[in-house]
Amino acid sequence: MTAAVGKQEWRIDALAILAIIVLGAFYALWGAAHATDRAFAIQMWTALAAFLFGGAMLIGSVVRPNPADRESRYENGVIKAGVIASMFWGIAGFLVGVIIAAQLALPNIFYFEDFGWLNFGRLRPLHTNAVIFAFGGNVLIATSFYVVQRTCRARLAGGLWSWFVFWGFQLVIVLAGTGYLLGITQGREYAELPWYTDIWLTIVWVAYLLVFLGTIWKRQEKHIYVANWFYLAFIVTIAMLHIVNNLAVPVSFSGWFSYSLFSGVQDALTQWWYGHNAVGFFLTAGFLGIMYYFIPKQADRPVYSYRLSIIHFWALIFLYIWAGPHHLHYTALPQWAQSLGATFSIMLWMPSWGGMINGLMTLSGAWDKLRTDPVLRMLVVSVAFYGMSTFEGPVMSIRAVNSLSHYTDWTIGHVHSGALGWVAFVSFGALYCLTMWLWKKRQVSHALVEWHFWLSTLGIVLYITSMWVAGIMQGLMWRAYNEFGFLEYSFVETVEAMHPYYLIRALGGVLFLVGALIMAYNLWRTATGKDPAVERAADVPAQAVAAE
Amino acid sequence: MSYEQATHFAQTWGLGLLTVSFAIAVAYALWPSNREKFNQAAHAPLNDGDDDGR
Repeated sequence: MTAAVGKQEWRIDALAILAIIVLGAFYALWGAAHATDRAFAIQMWTALAAFLFGGAMLIGSVVRPNPADRESRYENGVIKAGVIASMFWGIAGFLVGVIIAAQLALPNIFYFEDFGWLNFGRLRPLHTNAVIFAFGGNVLIATSFYVVQRTCRARLAGGLWSWFVFWGFQLVIVLAGTGYLLGITQGREYAELPWYTDIWLTIVWVAYLLVFLGTIWKRQEKHIYVANWFYLAFIVTIAMLHIVNNLAVPVSFSGWFSYSLFSGVQDALTQWWYGHNAVGFFLTAGFLGIMYYFIPKQADRPVYSYRLSIIHFWALIFLYIWAGPHHLHYTALPQWAQSLGATFSIMLWMPSWGGMINGLMTLSGAWDKLRTDPVLRMLVVSVAFYGMSTFEGPVMSIRAVNSLSHYTDWTIGHVHSGALGWVAFVSFGALYCLTMWLWKKRQVSHALVEWHFWLSTLGIVLYITSMWVAGIMQGLMWRAYNEFGFLEYSFVETVEAMHPYYLIRALGGVLFLVGALIMAYNLWRTATGKDPAVERAADVPAQAVAAE
Repeated sequence: MSYEQATHFAQTWGLGLLTVSFAIAVAYALWPSNREKFNQAAHAPLNDGDDDGR
């Protein structure tokens, strides 16, 4: 490809992105002027500022292009930005989590009567969306861009479009987070975004899909490495889930409120079909892509069984999509649908544990590195947590178990063993790796990684054990009858009984947050440090042997 | 399409289609002549060299 052709293509994406920015800015201005409510007006002014910022950056990158942006080199800038954004949103999300844990544990101190927008109902979706979509989403976008380039031996397709994906996703996060504080929500769990942010996310996500597919399309390796399959399944399925679950009719194009296209039990089923597959394809498939690249790379060992990884992939794809109805046991949903959801959840044991074994056994012949390399240990412990939470989930999907666990804090404990133990730990491991590899530094401080690892692990253990005890106790108290057939406990008595466990949970959250702060300091020191840039190849002499 | 028609399709042709396509995926994974390709692919993360261009 000649330089002239490359430049021409690049200008076309700049023009297309400019068109999107101009249209977005005009809509935001119109929406702000005609807003039917104050919250929508604030959202539109925010969007307008973001589009103007985006336009300025776009013009800057056209006027003064980066000389390193050549077809013969990998696109690393957008991944570095993703590492920084992941760390930033991660700490923000963990901090909000600690605040709402404190609100539950110590309501006399953390209930802000004069600041209604800081109360639990507003902060809770802010926390879930910040950790899942802002932290997890940025990690997935950054790692997928890294992995797809290396395993395809091709620069990211689409020139500036990868930057559009990055900044467009940040705008989704900002609109979502400020919107929740303003009281804007669709009331659908993990799909609280209002209709206009949904549309913007769809645009960004389609661009993400095209950049990813375009990179695979021009690959120089014949075989598409399995991590890319997992990433692709994540991107495609999330697009489908997001669009179907958010089909809605806005009341006005200048207000945030909308009505879902579905109603009643269909609405509930659609929501949990979405909700559980957000777990299956966002929090599992995407992060398995990380596992299948970063663990072999950091351990310097090949994938234990590539065949198992293919079966792992297809079994996960075929089974996960049916598991959602287990969120609706004992509801108006037909019982056969509930049983279907539970059955497929139990069948998921097989691919989940197959995948866990595959990840762990990749360390065959390199187990000693667990002692010396805390980054690898973090990655491996995340896979152990993956196995643990994917064992627990199917158990909870059994109707008899669910009658005890549903609506209790057991569910919260289960979610956090997956979210903190699996998703966050595998993300931390990948972020440590990316910082060393992209900023070309020999090593992050192992002592600080050890501190991070042990503080976070202790925090997770405190969190999930306290929530298990609190949740099971809560469920048993709810269903306890006295000899006259009356309920034994009033609701507030269960709350009182759970108070000590709420304190333990808040402490666990604080430890996890402190660990993440140590990590941020470590990454910053590593990236900006004077540590001589060492070529990775020289660092890992075993690589030449393993490569055979 | 009525509810009965939809569930009838799901319980017959749909079930068969999913079972067969999953069997094809497993056969692809286990097919003996793919062994060498997959053994190479298992090393892909280790072979992708340094960040500094290609």
